[in-house]
Amino acid sequence: MSRIAVTFDTLRQNNRKALIPFITAGDPEPAMTVLLMHELVNAGADIIELGVPFSDPMADGPTIQSSYERALKYHVSLKDVLEMVAEFRRTNTVTPVVLMGYANPVEAMGYQKFVIKAKECGVDGVLTVDCPPEECEEWIENLKQEKIDTIFLISPTTPQIRIQQMAKRVQGFVYYVALKGVTGAAHIDLSEVANKLAGLRSYISIPIGVGFGIHDGATARAVAEFADAVVVGSRIIAEIEKSAEEEVLVNVYRLVKSLRSAIDKVGIKHRIARIKR
Amino acid sequence: MARAYDFPDMHGHFGTYGGVFVAETLITALEELRTQYEHYRSDANFQAEYAYELKTYVGRPSPIYHAKKWSAYLGGAQILLKREDLNHTGAHKINNTIGQALLAKSMGKPRIIAETGAGQHGVASATVAARYGMECVVYMGSEDMKRQATNVYRMKLLGATVVPVDSGSRTLKDALNEAMRDWVTNVENTFYIIGTVAGPHPYPMMVRDFQTIIGREAKLQMQEEYGRQPDTLIACMGGGSNAIGLFYPYLDDKNVSMIGVEAAGLGIETGKHAATLLTGKPGVLHGNRTYLIQDEDGQIIETHSISAGLDYPGVGPEHAWLKDTNRAQYVGITDNEALAAFHMVCRYEGIIPALESSHALAYAAKLAPTLDKDKLLLVNLSGRGDKDIDTVAQATGITF
Repeated sequence: MSRIAVTFDTLRQNNRKALIPFITAGDPEPAMTVLLMHELVNAGADIIELGVPFSDPMADGPTIQSSYERALKYHVSLKDVLEMVAEFRRTNTVTPVVLMGYANPVEAMGYQKFVIKAKECGVDGVLTVDCPPEECEEWIENLKQEKIDTIFLISPTTPQIRIQQMAKRVQGFVYYVALKGVTGAAHIDLSEVANKLAGLRSYISIPIGVGFGIHDGATARAVAEFADAVVVGSRIIAEIEKSAEEEVLVNVYRLVKSLRSAIDKVGIKHRIARIKR
Repeated sequence: MARAYDFPDMHGHFGTYGGVFVAETLITALEELRTQYEHYRSDANFQAEYAYELKTYVGRPSPIYHAKKWSAYLGGAQILLKREDLNHTGAHKINNTIGQALLAKSMGKPRIIAETGAGQHGVASATVAARYGMECVVYMGSEDMKRQATNVYRMKLLGATVVPVDSGSRTLKDALNEAMRDWVTNVENTFYIIGTVAGPHPYPMMVRDFQTIIGREAKLQMQEEYGRQPDTLIACMGGGSNAIGLFYPYLDDKNVSMIGVEAAGLGIETGKHAATLLTGKPGVLHGNRTYLIQDEDGQIIETHSISAGLDYPGVGPEHAWLKDTNRAQYVGITDNEALAAFHMVCRYEGIIPALESSHALAYAAKLAPTLDKDKLLLVNLSGRGDKDIDTVAQATGITF
């Protein structure tokens, strides 16, 4: 079983939902990334999404784009990101790491070489925003052979027929994009997302995470009521951006910890309900 | 007769290039666009309306003009100009925006968005939005807005909202990113008019189809007026829409060679250029796989050209394919060479060409003297240069 599957299994047994924070590798500077990853785990992250900086992030909003720009000032490459994961793995062998980014850095490295390196460095999943399954079937196969999950996005505009087709290919977890728009956009319609997820579950048996537009404990908790995982990106990046260098770790810890406890209220509520019954 | 050349395939691939590399949110919109376009592509009423608009609103057909004086001065092959600069709005861009706006209208999308570099596509989009009564938002790099201030004003006069883009290099590619973001967010009521033969399928094919009016007309005009087809076609290359528009109808004509002229900026060796096919390597950007100007880590590099319309780090995927299969040749022309050609054509022919088109003219000026006088070079004069006179004056050290 993959690290991602083990993580979701354990969570389910403990009646908990996954918290998946996103940070950009190299932001605010390369030396901070591995420290931040450990801090995310300390604060209660179950899976880490690590953004691979790209010069032209079309699907991201201004917050994440500027984090990429900060990282790119240090020329943080895909190779550097993989090395950061390897360093993280020296002391943490349980928390899954999913690389999130765009196709071109992988194209530049070469798909085959990437698969080998990613395996070596301990990457568990790959989410390539601008590479839908139709364009990378061979690559998905190669990743699968190395037990690296390919994570796919499903959006509010994805029609049912496509969801059915995608259901055959999804691995690890499915990432449901809670709103039309880019990362960090305004508000999500919770009841609409809840309805959509209920629909998705008739085709998709693996865990479903929800992201885009989750900006505080209250939204995180509300989403955790119906999702298996809550992905928070822009909110954390904004925290990094506004923190003084020496306060980045403690501020991110505090934020993620608060998201964690908000999400855990859902599990606790359900447990109390069961005891009362 | 069936065409020998038959690209893209049903998934939008030109060999290994093209395709649909976009976030999931756009997949359905592109699928809808593809089906709708497939429908209207062979719909007689739609095509008739398109043809009528080109005739009565754009002023087509655009003539082929024999630049006799300039050809004589150069002392070699005869240079013929396909006068896209005479179109309404002053460039070839409107051939495409009319087509896409009609499609948007047919699909019931009341809002159109566009990205623009030189401002030509933005003006062409704002124009058709006014013509068909649609809301229009144009994204433009703030750097380009400075370089093309009069075009910005033109768009505003036409009722469009021009949104400055301050991210990245503040040029065309960043405007494209921003337009994509708008589309992702407003996909239900919005039609994204892409200005060149780039982007995800079906855009490269659709924009090509609308621009092939250039080559289709040229074929008829050449036969009628010269009794034969040209030996060589020459066109400038940003994304490559005016070039493919001229080339495409000739792809099966083995005796016609074709040359795409890229912007070599300050010189290829300086690294400050926009010569994508000459110096780039294949990668994925803006929805398709194509040649890109990028560093070894796959980050897109800022490009340079005196001409905002050529200042783009990618190129249409069909050109990537035509390069790899050797059907078309691609060359570079520097800022200075383009400027020299600009001045020559002003003085010898009484035509002020766009700086984009001046790249094609400059290559023709290099090639013509090496050929016999009976050879015919057909150059696509893709736009007029009124918008560029400030840039040219500045480059020549003149202040008004």
